[in-house]
Formats: sequence, C-alpha cells, structure tokens
Amino acid sequence: MAKHRGRGVATINYPIGMNLGGDPSQALVHSNPTGKFTVSLSSIDLGQGMKSVIRQICAETLGVPVADVYVDTADSDTGPHCTGSFASRGTHRVGNAVIVAAREARAVMMEAAAEELEVDPGDLETDGRGNIRVKGAPHRSITVREVAMAAQFKQGKTIAGRGIFLVPLSDVDPETGEMSPATCYAHACVIVDVEVDDETGDVSVLKMTSAYEIGRAINPKMVEQQLLGGAWMGMSHALYETVEPYYPDPREGPRDFNEYLMPGPGDICPHEIVVLERPAPDGPFGAKGIGEMCANPVLPAVANAIFNAVGVRINDLPITPEKVLRAIKARGGAVPQARMR
Amino acid sequence: MLEFRKDIFADERDDNLLEIGQPTQRQDMLGHVTATSRYYDDHRFANLLHLKVLRSPHAHARIRSIDDSGAARAPGVKRIIRAADVPVNLNTLLSLMQFGKDDEPSLATDVVRYKGEPILGIVATSERAALEAMALVRISYDPLPAVFDVEEALKPGAPSVNPTYPKNTFEYHGKYDHQKLRFGDVDAAFAQADVVLEDRYQMSPIEHAPTETNGSIAVPDTNGRIVVYTSTQALFFSLDTAAKINALPSNQLHFIGGTVGGGFGGKVDTMTEPLAILAARLTGAPVRYRFSRHEEMQFGSPRGAERIYIKDGIMRDGRIIARQVRAYFDSGAYTRLSSYAVIKCAGHIPGPYTIPNVSADVYCVFTNRTPATAMRGFGVTAIDFAIECQMDKDAVAIGMDPLEFRMLNAYRDGDMKAHRREAKNCALIECAQVAAEKAQWPLRDEFRRMSSRQGGAARAGVTDRSRMPAPAVPTRVPASTTQRVTYERPMPAVSPAATPPPPPPTPPQPPAPAASGHGARRFSSVFGTRRR
Repeated sequence: MAKHRGRGVATINYPIGMNLGGDPSQALVHSNPTGKFTVSLSSIDLGQGMKSVIRQICAETLGVPVADVYVDTADSDTGPHCTGSFASRGTHRVGNAVIVAAREARAVMMEAAAEELEVDPGDLETDGRGNIRVKGAPHRSITVREVAMAAQFKQGKTIAGRGIFLVPLSDVDPETGEMSPATCYAHACVIVDVEVDDETGDVSVLKMTSAYEIGRAINPKMVEQQLLGGAWMGMSHALYETVEPYYPDPREGPRDFNEYLMPGPGDICPHEIVVLERPAPDGPFGAKGIGEMCANPVLPAVANAIFNAVGVRINDLPITPEKVLRAIKARGGAVPQARMR
Repeated sequence: MLEFRKDIFADERDDNLLEIGQPTQRQDMLGHVTATSRYYDDHRFANLLHLKVLRSPHAHARIRSIDDSGAARAPGVKRIIRAADVPVNLNTLLSLMQFGKDDEPSLATDVVRYKGEPILGIVATSERAALEAMALVRISYDPLPAVFDVEEALKPGAPSVNPTYPKNTFEYHGKYDHQKLRFGDVDAAFAQADVVLEDRYQMSPIEHAPTETNGSIAVPDTNGRIVVYTSTQALFFSLDTAAKINALPSNQLHFIGGTVGGGFGGKVDTMTEPLAILAARLTGAPVRYRFSRHEEMQFGSPRGAERIYIKDGIMRDGRIIARQVRAYFDSGAYTRLSSYAVIKCAGHIPGPYTIPNVSADVYCVFTNRTPATAMRGFGVTAIDFAIECQMDKDAVAIGMDPLEFRMLNAYRDGDMKAHRREAKNCALIECAQVAAEKAQWPLRDEFRRMSSRQGGAARAGVTDRSRMPAPAVPTRVPASTTQRVTYERPMPAVSPAATPPPPPPTPPQPPAPAASGHGARRFSSVFGTRRR
C-alpha cells in the first residue's frame, strides 16, 4: 500500500461569445461638464470584473485616465441592451461596443478642443493624463476639463458616443454541421500533478502548471483571479461535485453545502500560470475571453494524471475515492506508468 | 504565480498602451471588501410579501386534483397563484431568439414532469407563513412511469416526458433528432487506421453553487410600472422573458440588477422574476421570491450531464485520421438552453486538432429530472473532458508522449476545421511549449520549434486541394524572430528514460478521404472572404 505520484496534461481551445453569433451588446459613453466620463451599460458584473475591464478599455480609447471613467450598469431604464454575461462574451462583445462609443465621444472631444486651440482636430493628441495637446508642440495644450466646459457651455456640443457590437447570426447546415461558431478562440495547456493513495483511493492535487493564451490581458490581476478560480472549479468538478451521486438514478441528491462536496482550503494547490497574448483580430485591443475556458482543461488533466499515477482510467465524473479504489482492485493493484519528467 | 511571455507573438501586438494591461484596482473593490456593495436582496421595502412555490414530489405524475382552500385561509396568506393566473404560462427561454418551441409552464397544469416542478405559488407576509400554508395544500397525483437515462429515453416505448417533443429529443432543422457534423469519410479512414480506439465518458450533473441563491423582488411603482431587483446574469433577457410570461409591454418593467453573488450560468433562466412580478401585480405589494439553498441545489437548474462516445482512428506515426462522436445532453424535462449547447458542442468537435475525417451526432434528450441549463463551459466542458482523456489513451496506444501527440495533431493557422472554417489566430502549440517548459516536461527539439503559424493548410489534406485556400502567407514579420528564439534556449535536464521512441518529425500527407463533397464554401460574415 502506497501513495503514487502522477502527471497528466490537457490542451484545449475555447470559442468566445454565443455560438453562431447573434448576441449584440450596446454601450453609451458621455462626459459630464467637467470632463468626467460615464459608461452606461445593462451588462452584469457577476464578480468577474466586467465593470473594471470596460472602464480600462473606455479610458484607453478616450485617452483619459481610468480614474476619470465610471461604469454604471445593470439598469434597464438607463443602460442600452446587452445579451447578457455568459458565453465568455463580456470582454469581447461589450468591450468592442464601448470602443465604438468611446471613439465617437473622443471625436467630439477633439473637435471641441480644436475649436478652443484654433487648430485642426487631426493635429491633436491626448496624453492619457487629462490633457489634449498639439502634436509636436506640447506647450499648446488644454485640459479635458476645459474642453468639456467649453463644449457644454460655449460650443453646445455633446461629448458622447453610442456603440454596438454584433457578430451577425449565422446558419448551421443540417447535413454537415457547417457553421461559423465563433470569431475567435482562446487556448490553454494545463499540466496537473497528483498523488493517489492506493489504499483509500484518495486523490490529492499537488500542483498545476498552466499556459493560457487569451489575446490580451486587459487587467492581469483579474486574469489571475479568473484563472485561479477556474482551475479550482475544474478540480472540484473532476473530483468532488455532483447533485446526483448515483446518476442516472436520481436518489440521494444533496440539499446543502454539508451534503454537496467541494474541496476546502486545504485542498488548494500551488498553481504556476503563464499568460500568452496572440491578439484576436476582432477583439478589443486583441482581447478574447477567459471566463469559461479556465475550468475545462483541469478535468481531463486530473483524470490523465490519475492514470499516470496508478494505471487506471476513470471515465465517469466525479472521480471519487470509491471509483478509484474499485478500478485499482479490478486491475489487481496500482500500476504506475512512466514518469513524465 | 502569474507571469507573462510577452516575447511570444510580440510582432502581432501593439504594447504601447496606457491603461490596457494595468493591474488597476476594481471599481467595486471597496464595496466588496467592506460589505457595502448592494445585492438585489439588500433593498428594503415596507410591507414586503414573500412568495414560495409548492413543488412536485413526483418525477412524473398526472395531477388529479388540487385543494388549496386550507392554505388560502391560513394566517398571513395574501394570495394563492395558480397556473390559470399566469397570463402566458408556456414559454421556452430561447423563444426570444426564435429557437425552439414553447414547452415549459411557469406553473404545472395537468402533469408534473420532474421532482420539484412548481405547481402553486403562495404569497404571504413571511416565508414561514407561506411554507406553513403550503403544508395545508392537498394534491392527489396519479404517478406515471418516468425515465432518467438518456439512452433509455430514446428507446421505443420509453415514457414520453415532454408533450412538445413526444419522442424525448429536441428537433433540429425541422427533421432530425440530433445535430450532425460530417467532414471527410470516417468509415474509410477507420479501415486504414493502424489503431482504432473507442470509449464512453459520463459527466455528472453539478450545481453552480453561487454564494447568493437565485432571487428577485418585484415592486409596484406609482405609475403602473413594476421595478424588479434581480440577481439575473442577463438583464434584458430576463426582462423580455418576464414581459412575455406576464403579457406586459417591455417598458412596463424596470429591471435593476448589478452586483451578483456568483452566476456561472445558473442565473440566466429567469426562474423567479416572472412569478414575483405576477404576485406583485395580483397583490399590489412588493414581493420577494428567493430560492432556499435546497431549492437552488435540487430544483434550480443544474449543469446537465452528458454521455459521450468517442471512436478514434490513429496511425502509428501519431496522426489521428478519424474521430467519430456520439453525444447525449441530458436536458431534463424541458429545453431551457440545452438545445443551443448541442450545436455549440457539434461546432467544437473534434477539439483543437486537425483531423481529416470527422463525424458526430449530438442529441438533446428529455428525461424526468430538473431541467438543465448553462454552466461555465456550456456545450464544451464535457466534450473537452472526453476528447482529452481519449487523446491520452490514443498516445499510450501508439507509444507516444501525450503532449507531443497533441502538438503533432494541433490545429495551425490555415488548417480547415471540421465545421468548414479556416483555423486562424491559433496558439495551442505555443501553450503546450510554454507549459512544458514551466513544468519541465521534456519535449524533443522539433516539438520545441513547432509553430501555430507555420505548416498549416499545406499539410491539411482534408479535402481535394482545389477547394483549399492557398497556404497562408504571413502578412506580418515571419515567425522566426523574437518568438521562436525563446524555444531554442537550453531546456532543463531531460530524463532519458522518459523520452519515447522518435516518430518521424514531419508527418507525411494524410490520405485524402474517398469522398470530398463538402458542399459550397461559405464564409463568416465577420472574417469576410479569405485571402487568396
């Protein structure tokens, strides 16, 4: 009786946005009279950081500091239509919509600035710190606040913009399944190290090492929170969770967190993450989405690592100690496979 | 914990940005860490009423009679809501997108089709009063035979679950009980394969397990509108669904969402808003309808389980030449969103690999259990689990390193995918290289030098060459400068024992499939026409 270490791998890709498209999102951007911007959305922040991602994209596009942008969302009276926060679509769809809106608002802002500075709008640039200046002559500049005041009270201009992003709905061929599922895909490779106890069937995840290609990390801290949380969810799905322990027999379903098993803090393992960025041609600053995909590769990588450790294949989730132990017994004992390092 | 490899694909990026890429603190962080962010249930109202629903104890039964007279007289009860009170009682979530037929009642009429299906709503001055009144309702049932297994449900003579789809399968394109994917000729390829491997995979249904359960509060406004505070993941989707069920113009509803205590796909189904709105209209008072944890776990929709069969045809040199998939999505008693996930799954097969012959049949099956819904990775998680476990077995069967086996078959720019779109913007190989380096997984030189940007299309052989686009010409800097150099750095020590026998580094052209009638080429409206 012993504990055996094993290593498994999985590589995956993930489509961004609703399958086949047809899922629009809108955004509105406007400045108040002192040059502070509000983004109006109806999109939902589930804790994933939607508001912050949109805020950074809007600030970058406008050319103003992020502190000068506030994202207001989730009110059907003030926010224009958004299909919803699912299908890893928020960053890609809403991000693109806010770029369109912010460009329109920026164009008015630059026109208003040009009128104040008596130059051509094409000769102006933003410095990202709240100033608009003449290219090559930075001493000729005006603050965004002064421009907004002038636009509102002197020139009668609205520094505002509307944006929508829509991947038009596409067809599916009934006979061949020919279709356009998505316009961009994120990628991942996850390597999982486990330890399997051949006496109890217990599986411990010791370490994860992963590489994720996500187009562009708008905010690396939020990328990290998604990837860590997603990996935990994948590990939990692989080893613990079920609402029907005897599926397809529906008996004995859990009713609360005492009966529904999930890993606790002691089961969290070290996770080394490397991020790659191959910009999506139609992503906001190249960004794809990472919301869903980060759980997926962990499931098979755990199953493959268990095989590498003790030589048994468990094809039914969750991979409980009971299933591992029965499989080891059926095989006449643990059969460790060749080590992968 | 997290590091970037900015050197890779650097030639495709403009990194001269000010706000993008910054670890800016979240706009809502202070509210979250000081417990002052407002969730739907943090709104307080005088004279708030509470709605609870009576749920079926049977998985499948005819309702013979309902006697709610005792409940109606119980202390604190303001209103009983019956199926007949619901203006449009039959709905399907994707009807807003013209996909599928209305098949699910808000409150069951004559038959209950899963354990936990709502039958009556009780509106009372407290949740406790509603639950105590519920105990006084008398319903008599005639239990009916039930079916729980997706393949049993497809057999002749199986109990029919959902009268809208009497054969227990969603209907695709008005004629099929499944979605097809056909590319090349799998049968011919299996006949040529050195190894054919087949296996079965079974997912389990799981719970989204959000900290905040599903719920909403509907509040009558002075002008006849209803304000709805909700935990929805999709504000307008829920608003339009609730408007349809209540037969209200959409501008009579004002939905306020916002901070949500975890969704993961479990807050799309609009399970509480329609009845909360109806209850508010019938009583003229604010009404809250929130799921208990038990309801959230067993009767709120779970991630459905899928059963997947995969058959692969592999050559000894490592090429996969055929993949056949048969998959069953367990939708539970009603459609909700599973019909959509089936198509997403079909479009995802055969995974991120270039395989010249692919065939799949994917089914959306009705059974007598809680309707399933979206969850993180919807339509993809299960097929990824099955494919990636299968890939491991394939590699073992031909004695190849499992990571190198994946890289050899990985899709590259210019390859033709099974759903007949050109692969672009690929990065699977690079992820494998970076993860391997980080984990000290030994890769041979030719695998460390591979690139997603080279070798695609030309090697495709997925169909006759006249149909293929010209090999992709790099429009930017060739992939030989910054990016590739990094892989030629000395690798960590490699254990010789772990190195498998080397297959030929460049695979020969896969055999062209017998038939190549893939139909007309259509192009994505987003990508437009392909470069020639």
